[in-house]
Amino acid sequence: MNQYQLIKLAKRVGLYALIAVVMVYAIFPFYYAVITSLKPSSELFRVDFWLSSLDFGNYVHIFTQKSFVRAIFNSILVSISVVFIALLLGVTASYALGRVRFRGRTTVMLVVLGVSMFPQVAVLSGLFEVIRSLNLYNNPGGLILSYTIFTLPFTVWVLTTFMRQLPMELEEAAIMDGATPWVTITKVFLPLMWPAMATTGLLAFIAAWNEFLFALTFTLTDSQRTVPVAIALISGGSQHELPWGPIMAASVTVTVPLVVLVMIFQRRIVSGLTAGAVKG
Amino acid sequence: MASVTLEKINKVFGSTHIIKDVDLSVGEGEFVVFVGPSGCGKSTLLRLIAGLESITGGELRIGEQVVNDLPPRERGVGMVFQSYALYPHMTVYENMAFGLKLAKTAKETIEERVMATARILQLEELLHRKPKELSGGQRQRVAMGRAMAREPRILLFDEPLSNLDASLRVQMRNEIARLHHRLGSTMVYVTHDQVEAMTLADKIVVLRDGRVEQVGSPHTLYQQPATKFVAGFIGSPTMNFMPAELIDGSAEGCRVRAPGLGELALPQSTDGQRSGAGLTLGVRPEHLRLAEAEGDNSFEIANVEYLGNEVYVYLEPKAGDTLLIHRSEAPSRWKIGQRVALVPDLDHVHLFDGDDKALAIAKQSQAA
Ligand SMILES: Nc1ncnc2c1ncn2[C@@H]1O[C@H](COP(=O)(O)OP(=O)(O)OP(=O)(O)O)[C@@H](O)[C@H]1O
Ligand SMILES: [Mg+2]
Repeated sequence: MNQYQLIKLAKRVGLYALIAVVMVYAIFPFYYAVITSLKPSSELFRVDFWLSSLDFGNYVHIFTQKSFVRAIFNSILVSISVVFIALLLGVTASYALGRVRFRGRTTVMLVVLGVSMFPQVAVLSGLFEVIRSLNLYNNPGGLILSYTIFTLPFTVWVLTTFMRQLPMELEEAAIMDGATPWVTITKVFLPLMWPAMATTGLLAFIAAWNEFLFALTFTLTDSQRTVPVAIALISGGSQHELPWGPIMAASVTVTVPLVVLVMIFQRRIVSGLTAGAVKG
Repeated sequence: MASVTLEKINKVFGSTHIIKDVDLSVGEGEFVVFVGPSGCGKSTLLRLIAGLESITGGELRIGEQVVNDLPPRERGVGMVFQSYALYPHMTVYENMAFGLKLAKTAKETIEERVMATARILQLEELLHRKPKELSGGQRQRVAMGRAMAREPRILLFDEPLSNLDASLRVQMRNEIARLHHRLGSTMVYVTHDQVEAMTLADKIVVLRDGRVEQVGSPHTLYQQPATKFVAGFIGSPTMNFMPAELIDGSAEGCRVRAPGLGELALPQSTDGQRSGAGLTLGVRPEHLRLAEAEGDNSFEIANVEYLGNEVYVYLEPKAGDTLLIHRSEAPSRWKIGQRVALVPDLDHVHLFDGDDKALAIAKQSQAA
C-alpha cells in the first residue's frame, strides 16, 4: 500500500515537472522580452533573470517616436477592417455555401480550401501588380485587401461548417414568419453564431496584426507602415548597434493587446473551435 | 380562415416522384389530418401547402386564390414544426412577435395580438423566458403561439406531439382539439399516430406512396375502409386478415370459405368475382368471439395480454405468421396454450378482393 502511494506521488511530481518544463519553454522568450524592455540600455548585456530596477526609458523612447505611434494606429485600422470585412463576407458566403442548395457547391468549398494553402510568397508578385493597378500601393487599403484574401478562405470554411449545423427547421420557421434571407442571417443566425464569429474574427485579427511580408512589400513610407515592419526598422544610433531595448519594448507593447483579446474571448474560442465535435 | 384546394398536385425531387396526383379539398374551419407510414410523403405534402417546397405540377388554391407561386409569407399560413424550432436567443414574447414585427405591424397591435395568443395558450407567465427555460409541453405551446400570432388563414402542424412523452401527448392532443373548437380555424395536421388522427380529425387523409388512399371522416375510415391498407392502418390493435375463397356470390351477398372458420355467409356483393377467387377476410379484434374448439375451427392461444380494462388474446393463424388478435372486456377465462374456436360477427366482417379493394355491402341487406 505504501509503495502504491509512492508511485502515485512520483507520478504526480513527474506531471508537474513536465508542466513546468513546457511552461518555461513557452513563456521564457516572452518573459525575457519583457525584462529586457524594462532595463536601461547600459545593463542590456548583463544576463539576469530578475529585474533589479524598473526603467521605462525604452517605452518613453518608442512612444515619443511619431512613426511608431502612427504604425500602431495603422495596424489597428488594418486589422479591424480585415476582421470586419472578412466576417461580413464570410457570413454571407457561408449562408450560401451552407444553406442554399446549388450545383457545384462542394467544388466551391474545395477551391476555397485549396486557395488558403498557397504560401504568401507564391502570390506576392501577382498581388503586387493587382495592388499597383488598383492604386493601393503604400496605402493601408492595399494591406486590407491582401490580408482579407488570405483570411477569407479560413473564415468561410469555419463559418460554413458552423452554419450547416444550425437546424434547417429554424430557417424554415423564419421563412414562415416572413423573413428574407438577409433577415434570417442577421436576426436568427448571427446571434447563434457568436462563438464561431469570435473565433474566426480573433484569428483573423491576430493574422493581420502580426503579418510582416506583405506589410513590408506593399508599403514604402513610415507613415503607412504597420507595427511588425516598424519594429523591424527601428534603428539605433549607429549602423552597428541594434537597439534591443526599444525593440523589446515595442514588441511587448504590440503583444499585450493580443493577449488581452485572447483572454477575453478564450472561452468563446474553445467552444467555437470544438463546436459540433460532439453533440452538446 | 380559408379553404384549401389541391388539384392534381405533383412533386418530383430530382428524379424521384414523391407526390402523385393528389386531389383534396379542405373546407373552411375543417381539421384535416394526414396519416400514413413513414416516407409516404405526408410532410412533403404539408410543406407544399406551406410553400417551403415548390410545386412540380398541379394547382394549389387557398380560398379562391391560386398560390402556387406565392412565397410562404403571402399565403397566410402558419406552421408548427416537429422540433418546435423556436428562436433560442429570443424570449417567448419575442418569438411570437417576430413574424408580426417583420410584417411591420404597429407596436400596439403586436402587443395586443401576442397577449391575446398568450392568454389562449396559457403562456402569460412565461413571456419573458427563453426557450431553454421551458418544458417540452410549454415549448410546444410557444411554437403554436408563434404560428397563431400572425392570425394565419390556415394552421399547419407537422407531427407536433412526437417529441413529447405519452401522457403529455394526450394532454396536448386535448388542448389542440379544444383550440380548434374555440378558434374554428382551418388546420392541417400530419401524424403517423392513428390515435391522434382519429381523435382530432374532422377528415382523415390516408396517404400511401405519395397517393391518397382514402379520404373520409374517422367514422367512415373505421367502419368502411376502402382498401385493405386503410383497414390495417386505422384501428388499434390492427384488423385481423385471413385468406378466404369465394364459393359463390351474387349482387345480394356471398358465401366464402376461410381456413378454420369454415363456410361464412356474408352480406358483401361479389359482382364481377369468379367463384374460387382468392379474397381476404378482415375482422376487427372486437368483432371476434371465442368459443370452445370444435372440429377444424381450432386455434391455439399464443399469448394473453391483460390491460386492466380489457384483454387481448393472441392466436396462431392458419396461414401466414401474423398472430390473430381478439379483444374483450376483462376478465377473461382464456389461458395460453388452450385451443379455441373463432366466431366472427358477420355484420362487421370486411371482405377485400384480389387487388385489396373492399367489396361493398349489398344494398338490400344494408336496408334490412
Ligand atoms: N428534399 C428532398 N430531396 C429528396 N427527397 C426527399 C426530400 N424530402 C423528402 N424526400 C423524400 O420524399 C419521401 C417522403 O418524405 P416525407 O418527409 O414527406 O415523408 P413523411 O411521410 O413525412 O415520413 P415521416 O413519417 O417519416 O416523417 C421520402 O422518401 C424522402 O426520402
Ligand atoms: Mg414527416
